[in-house]
Amino acid sequence: MNRQKAFLLVLLFIVFLPWVGAAVGQNTPPAPATQVRAFDTPNDAGGSITITWKKSADDGQGENDVVGYEILRSTASGSGYQKVASVLAGEEGYTDGTVEDNVAYYYVVRAVDGQFSTDSVETGPAMAKAQWFNTDRTSMLVAVLIFSGLVLWFISQAKGGRQLYIRPIPGLAAIDEAVGRATEMGKPVLFIPGIMDMDNIQTIAGITILRRVARKAAEYETPLLVPTSRSLVMTTAQEAVKEAYLDAGRPDAYDPDRIRYLTDNQFGYAAGVDGIMVREKPAAIFYMGCFYAESLILAETGHSVGAIQIAGTAMPAQLPFFVTACDYTLIGEELFAASAYLSREPRLLGSLKGQDFGKAIFMIIIVVGIILESFGIHFLSQWLATG
Amino acid sequence: MRRQVPLVITFVAGIIMIIQYFIPHEPFAGLQQRFNVWFLIISAFALILGIGNLIKIHGERISRQSAGWGYSVVLLVGLVTMSVVGIGWGIEPGTPFFYLFWNIQIPLSSTMFALLAFFIASASYRAFRARSFEATLLLAAAILVMLGRVPLGNFLWHRLPAVATWIMNYPNTAGQRAIMIGIALGVISSSLRIILGIERGLGGGQQ
Repeated sequence: MNRQKAFLLVLLFIVFLPWVGAAVGQNTPPAPATQVRAFDTPNDAGGSITITWKKSADDGQGENDVVGYEILRSTASGSGYQKVASVLAGEEGYTDGTVEDNVAYYYVVRAVDGQFSTDSVETGPAMAKAQWFNTDRTSMLVAVLIFSGLVLWFISQAKGGRQLYIRPIPGLAAIDEAVGRATEMGKPVLFIPGIMDMDNIQTIAGITILRRVARKAAEYETPLLVPTSRSLVMTTAQEAVKEAYLDAGRPDAYDPDRIRYLTDNQFGYAAGVDGIMVREKPAAIFYMGCFYAESLILAETGHSVGAIQIAGTAMPAQLPFFVTACDYTLIGEELFAASAYLSREPRLLGSLKGQDFGKAIFMIIIVVGIILESFGIHFLSQWLATG
Repeated sequence: MRRQVPLVITFVAGIIMIIQYFIPHEPFAGLQQRFNVWFLIISAFALILGIGNLIKIHGERISRQSAGWGYSVVLLVGLVTMSVVGIGWGIEPGTPFFYLFWNIQIPLSSTMFALLAFFIASASYRAFRARSFEATLLLAAAILVMLGRVPLGNFLWHRLPAVATWIMNYPNTAGQRAIMIGIALGVISSSLRIILGIERGLGGGQQ
């Protein structure tokens, strides 16, 4: 009988041995993170060290019980380590942004499985420093230098008397016609410089066009209304219009109250401008600058009062609305070309020509890039990617 | 001198902003954020000019009892009321400012935004008339995309949603990116003109 009991016990032990073994195995410390490296974070302003490692053998494989890693830091090798951060399992890097420049730091990455933890081999010393050049932006620097060089070269060519052909832009050619139409009808001209502030390049481009429109309005003695949604735009527009009236020899006709501030609120501004359109019935309306959802509200109201409308914006999402509701639309780059196109001054035309050549270079790069990528060669796309 | 000083400031500031993009080291690090803060401070002071302009224009309209002067009264009453309750009781939830903002300002803005639906309908009606080859192309693309985005399109032809997605992902994205490249070059060219002081209308060049 005892022999039978003993045999049964041995049998049970043999049958459950794998489960027993597994249970014992789960109570072992995790394998450590390996290949731990700590180095100064590249292309930054200092104050950070990047730590990278290879996952523990028990993270996603093996016992698969690692829940995360703790980053330990010390300024002395082998002692004084303190936890600075925790990251989840599966991660293989961390950027410590709490370090001081020019101080040596040592790091240990601790794999944690809930019950136990295992430290990696210490790495270091690593020292944070600010870099003098962001190498991730080398391609951008090259592009800026080439493009700026082209623009400056064509400006010098234009100054030297070389005739430059610039393609016709109907929307800009129609500006004088629109102001003339308003004059004939005895109605005002309405100029809307968008809803953004003077830190937006589109607003700046709009103000340069405003000066041209204001000069024509002054010559034709046509009232010019400029409602703005930003105080700085109002003061800048007042200066631009005042100078245009001076240029036209009509400083007496300048009325600063026609360039007025309405509100910073987007739809409040749209309502205010719509009200001006309905009350004043302008014969010509210019939309030049940065617009968002109010673009169609304004343009459709302008259309309903029968005004000739010329719009210009670099907001791709608003362009279809302006194309639909306006008589002429300056698409993207044409808005920025306006001042050069309208003035016909050689230096400005030279910059336009440089812009066109820049576009040609970009087209060549795009075609070359498509060919290289199609053949699995990625160096160009990787070089062009900026950080 | 009055013309040269702003041009010199523009040139120096412009060159510094270009340099700081490529150099993360001090004194260039964080310059952009610092300049943005300066801009915000200047904007805050300029707001006083804007409010002054509002009060002047609408005050004159009320005193002359020009057409629609009642609206000017509403505007000035609104301006004073919101300023007083905002400065007096703060702008946090539960304050009179917050109540007025959420129950007057937000519904009015939403009403204006809602008008967009009707304006889109009227603009689409004009745009989608097949008067030329391009307009016909636009009409066809619009019909395909609109049908592809609603259950009816899937019901009519199960591949219509895929056609709509293809139009949006390829021809539409390609066109938008082409415009964006042109805009980027235009911005660089325009910035160069401003930095070099040859841009008209901003103090540079001669009109």
